[in-house]
This record gives sequence, C-alpha cells and structure tokens, in this order.
Amino acid sequence: MLDNAWIIPAIPAASFVLILLLGKRMPFKGSEIGITAVGASFILSIVAAVQWIDRVEGAGGHGEGLGALGRSIFGAEAGGHAEPIVRPVISTLTWWQSGTVEFTVGTRVDGLVVMMLFVVSLISLLVHVYSTAYLRGDVRYTHYYALLSLFTASMLLLVVSDNTLQLLVGWEGVGLCSFALIGHWWEEGANSNAALKAFLTTRTGDIGLLIGIVITFFAAGTFSIDGINRYALSPGAEHGLLLAGAVCLFIGVIGKSGQFPLHTWLPDAMAGPTPVSALIHAATMVVAGVFLVARLYPVFFEGFSIAGGGINFMAAIGGITILVGAALAFVQRDIKKVLAYSTISQLGYMVMALGVGAWTAAVFHLFTHAFFKALLFLGAGSVSHSGSHHSFDMKADMGGLRKFMPVTFWTFIVGTLALAGIFPLAGFWSKDEILVTAGDTGFEVFLVVGLIGAFLTAAYMTRCVYLTFFGEYRGHGHPHESEKAITVPLIILAVMSVVAGFINAVPLEIHKFTEWVEPRTAFPTLTHSEFSYPLAALSVAVAAIGIGVAAFFFFKREQARSLHGLTERNAVARAGYRLLEHKLYLDDLYEKVVVGSIKGPIARGVYWFNQNVIDGIVNGVGRGTQRVGHFVYDVVDQKVVDGAANGIAEVTGETGGLLRYLQSGRVQRYALFLFAAVGLLSLALLIANV
Amino acid sequence: MALNNFLILSAFLFCTGVYGVLARKNAVLVLMSIELMLNAVNINLIAYSAFTDSVSGGIFALFVITIAAAEVGVGLAIVLLIYRNERTADLDEVDQLKG
Repeated sequence: MLDNAWIIPAIPAASFVLILLLGKRMPFKGSEIGITAVGASFILSIVAAVQWIDRVEGAGGHGEGLGALGRSIFGAEAGGHAEPIVRPVISTLTWWQSGTVEFTVGTRVDGLVVMMLFVVSLISLLVHVYSTAYLRGDVRYTHYYALLSLFTASMLLLVVSDNTLQLLVGWEGVGLCSFALIGHWWEEGANSNAALKAFLTTRTGDIGLLIGIVITFFAAGTFSIDGINRYALSPGAEHGLLLAGAVCLFIGVIGKSGQFPLHTWLPDAMAGPTPVSALIHAATMVVAGVFLVARLYPVFFEGFSIAGGGINFMAAIGGITILVGAALAFVQRDIKKVLAYSTISQLGYMVMALGVGAWTAAVFHLFTHAFFKALLFLGAGSVSHSGSHHSFDMKADMGGLRKFMPVTFWTFIVGTLALAGIFPLAGFWSKDEILVTAGDTGFEVFLVVGLIGAFLTAAYMTRCVYLTFFGEYRGHGHPHESEKAITVPLIILAVMSVVAGFINAVPLEIHKFTEWVEPRTAFPTLTHSEFSYPLAALSVAVAAIGIGVAAFFFFKREQARSLHGLTERNAVARAGYRLLEHKLYLDDLYEKVVVGSIKGPIARGVYWFNQNVIDGIVNGVGRGTQRVGHFVYDVVDQKVVDGAANGIAEVTGETGGLLRYLQSGRVQRYALFLFAAVGLLSLALLIANV
Repeated sequence: MALNNFLILSAFLFCTGVYGVLARKNAVLVLMSIELMLNAVNINLIAYSAFTDSVSGGIFALFVITIAAAEVGVGLAIVLLIYRNERTADLDEVDQLKG
C-alpha cells in the first residue's frame, strides 16, 4: 500500500465521476457510491498506516548497525537518543521533461501522510454517513455527494503528493470544492456570497503560495518536496531566498488556514450545510495550510530562523489569531459561528506551535483537533436538524435541549471538554505539548498567549453549551433526538476525542505519535520537551477557571429568575420542585432556597455580599471579557480589517467602472482593437529595426 | 517562381480575412473569414518550407489545419447555440458581454 498510495485519492475521484454519471439512477441517489468509495479509502488508509508502523518498528528492531549506517548528520547531532532512520516511501513518474527540469507526479508516504490519510478518510466517511440523514430529500442530494467525493479526493491528493506542483493541484481542488459546497444552497444570495468570499479570500492567499512555490523551485532547482527540504537544510542554502519563500508560502497558509487577517471567510463559510462545515474545519480545507507548513517545515524553520528563539512572523500571526478568534467567539449568537471562531483560534495554536518549533505538538494538535471539532460541528448540526428547526441561533431557538437530545448533549460535552483541554481528553495532551515546548524553546511570550487562549476557549465553550443545552427551550419546534445516522458518528468521534490523546501521553512513557509521525530524514533537529507537571496543572486549572467563571456568569441569571419565582410565591413545594428540576446547580440553588425562605438579616447580609461583591467581581470579569470581545469585533474586525478589505474592493470597483466603457460587448470591436494593436506593434518593430 | 508571389497572395488572402472578420455581420461569414486567414498563414508556411528545403514549415501547416478543423467545430457549435437562443446570427445583436 505504501508504494501504491495513489489508489487512496483515486477511489473517491472515480466515485465523483460515477456519482455524476449514475448517481440519480441509483436507489439511494448516489450516496451509496460515495460512502463505499470513501470507506474503501479509509480501509486502505488503515492498511497504509499499519504498514508504515511496521516499517518504523521494523527499523527499530534491526539493531544498531543499520541505524548507525543510515543515520543522517542531523540524527548524529541529536546524540543520546539516536533513532534508526526510516525513509519515506516515494514513487514517482516523470510526465514532462524540459531541459534538465523534470516534472513528476507521484506519491510520498511517511508518518505525517499516513496520519493525515487516516484523519481525512475517517472524518470524511463519518460526514458521508451523517449527511444521508442531514440532507435527506435535498434538491441537489446527488450533486452534493459528488462534490463531497471530489473534496475528499482533492485533500487526499494534496496529502500524498511528492512535489509542490501536485500539492498545488490538490490545494486548488480543495478550494474549488469548498466553494461549491459552501454555496450548496445558492438560491439564497447570502449563501452564494459567502461561497464567493471564501473562494476569493483564499485565492488572495494562493497568490502568495504560487510565488512561494516558484521561489522554492528557483532556490532548490526542483519541485520535489524532499529536494526542497534537503536544500533548505544544506549549508549552502541562501537564507534570503528561504525567507522570501517562507513568507510567500505562509501567505498562502494565512488564507487557507484562516489566520489573522484573512480569517474573515471562515465564519461566513458557515452558510454551507453543517456536515460540510465539519469537513472543512476538521479534516480538509483549513488544515491544508497547517499541513503545508508541516510538509515543508525545513523551509520555514530555516527561513524564519526558528531555532534562534524570539518572535517570528509565523508564531506572531498564530498568537494573534488565537486571541482574536477566541475573543470573537464570545459575542456570537450563532452556534456554528462560535465553533468557526473556535477553529480559527485552534488553528492559531497549530501555526504558533509550528512557529516556535513544536512540530510534533502542532501535528498532534491537528490530529486531536480534527476529532473534537468534527464532533462539535456534527453535534451542532444534530441540534439544528432535530432540536431547533433548522436554526443556528442559540439565543432565539435553542436552550434546554439536554433533556430532549441526550446523546447529542453528552457527546457535545465531551467535545467541549476536549476542546477546553481538560485532563485526560485529547485536547489536553496536544495543547499541553504545545505550551511546554513553547516554554522550553525560548518563546515564553507564546506560552502566556497560549494560556490566555486556553482560558478564553474554556469560557466561550461553556457559554455555548449553556445557551444551547441549558435553561428553558426557546424554540418553536418539537425537539427530539436525531436518528442513528447522526448519533453513531457523534459517538465514534466522542470516543476518539477521549482516547486519541493517549497515543502521545508523555508522562505515561508513550511516545508512539512522535515515533511514528516525525520525519527522520531531511528534517531539522527539534527540542522534544519533557512533560511538565506544574505546567499541565496550570493549564488545566486555567481551563477550569474559564469554565467556572463562564458557568457562574451564565447560570447566575438563571438563578436570579428562579429566585424571583420563589420570593413571590414562597412555596416550599415549588422550591423542592425547582430543586429537582435544577439539580445540576444544586449548591447555588440550595443557597437561594435558604435565603428565600429565612429572609433573616444574616441571610440578607450574606445575600447582599453575594449580590454586590461576588456578583460584582464575576459580572465584572464577564462583562470585561464581553467588552473586549465587542471591542475586537467592532473596531478591529469590522472597521480595520473589513475596512481594508472594502477599501481595496472600492478601488477595484472604481477602476472597473472606468474600464467598462471599453467593454461594448461587440465582438468585432474587440477584434478591431486586437488587429489595430498588432498593426501598431508591427509598425513599431519595423521602425525600431530600420 | 519567386517567393514573393506566394507572399503577396498570402498577404492578400489575409487582408481579405481581416476585413471579413471586422466588417461582416453574419457569424458564419466571420468564421469563414477566420478560415481564410488561417489558410493565408498556411500558404506562407508552405512557401517558406519549400524555399528553404526544410519540412518543419509543412509540419506546422499540418498542425494549423488540424487545429483549424477543431476550431471550426467549436465555432459552429457556438454560432448554432447563439442562433438557438437569440434567433439571429447577427453579431451586432449579441452583446451580452457589455460591461
């Protein structure tokens, strides 16, 4: 399988054609073709993963002789824990040769690729299954499945490609498919606008990517990823070229992976069907950028001089993105937008981790994030599908859904805790690894940024859970649990969100992820940090405080309301009823019942203290955070970022307005211009030669 | 025969073609004029090929003929569709691209 990895993207690509041709005539309108194809890809990905792991373990078992023989200079520098070398499996085919430059097409399989194949095909398979229920009876059901297949195929092609040109093909394919899928319901203007915005914003970044590919080609003299990486690490590499290449490539990443300031398309992309959002945010589109950096890491590592510590472009952008994304997530009413901003913030973590030299931690976070973010999105989809009558507005149409949708509720809770980084769920292990490495490699600033981000993440997710699942039901439908096709993927993802982190649980002496995934050839020497108990405790504590503060702030309102009911009716039975109904906030409510029934001076004093001092502090923190969020949203995002975008658009519009007089629509006039220009130029040539 | 005779014929045909493309209203006639221009170029190529005793000009002309055939196929299909939608093949009527 390692030699024939091209089959993995080829299957969904074939499925795309088949669905387009035969889909409408099939009993399940083409969804069965898509599910079978992606299922086959998934199985082959697992086969590839197993074979790769065998290869790594086998290399370890062959003894020191082989390892010492093949060890690269970088391995030798690492000294103590020299690992046996494991070469990636590369198979290529030259399709065009021009002079000495060969254009190849081929596959390159190593740990990173195997990991991505597994994640992409698994999430895609779950999304395919989920969509059978979510989009049942949709107008363009067959069309949707065809595009979903093409989307998966493009991402898999991007992942396995062995050269930057082929990678670009996959990259653009992913962009195109996400455009089509975001605008799936294009009858509404807002949706097609969102699709256009996503496409054009990422295209802006793609210009950088294209230039970056050209620069790295001229620097290394090859399009092959291996060649470029080797060149970047060779002593003869020119630093200026690498820096320019890294900056240009990174602009592509900013566009694709929703980094500040090109993040604005991601929340709008929520216009698409929810399973597509899950696919875009967890496994495909947005992680393509992070994958690109991970794939060409030596270029970035040398270009940005990451080994030196301090602040570099990539880490700074990642850090800003973490904070901006998390702050914006606070003020959204739309559950999917909360998750979208959350994705932005988490991608910020990955980019920042890559920026501080924590390659393994970043890739590990990509791996774990894929599971819990897909889980959260599919959970939100389940809520809108069966709970809130196809609305995503948490304040108007949700609330109290935990009673109606227990499976969705509990899986969503698992996803939230994993995202917040609570021990021992998946997010904890990966986020902690990022923070530890940031601290160890001399990037203390980013350690602090990461901790603030963890606090905010925990707080806004608590708000989101509260608004969706607690309180009174505010919608007008008949909420009920979703069907099996929706809940089973949720449960699978919830299980993965719990266990995925243990694959690299450093304190338990498990380093499997590092061992299997990290490249051992053409790769810079990186610091592998030891697990730090104080820091782990600190990060969990920060997340817990975030949850606590937010919970206190939001559940408090609820308390105040129930208190009113009590003091008006003063009925103990009612109090008991409410106590049962609100048993989740037992401690708080108990205090209220005592206060409400005794109404003594001490109680009043305590009550006053509670209302004015504690509430003041809690509300102050809450309001402060909200205000910061609003400020960032109103001033930074709406005025500065959007202003710049609109300004550019206006200038373009004005220029276009002037140029449109040339566009008469008469073909023959165009031809006249053409011939006149040719004539004039020939005349000029003639005169110049005479 | 002198090379010039061929070149003059070719230039004459080419100018006729350009005139046709620019002045004709009917899309089919415009396509025919384009054909004329392509063949003018072919004559040029063949003439040079013969006079320099090299085959590359002839091969070029073969390519041009092939491409021209494809081009006419696509062009006529477009004209047919325009006619079906607009009920006219008059190029002045077809100005949806107007900005």
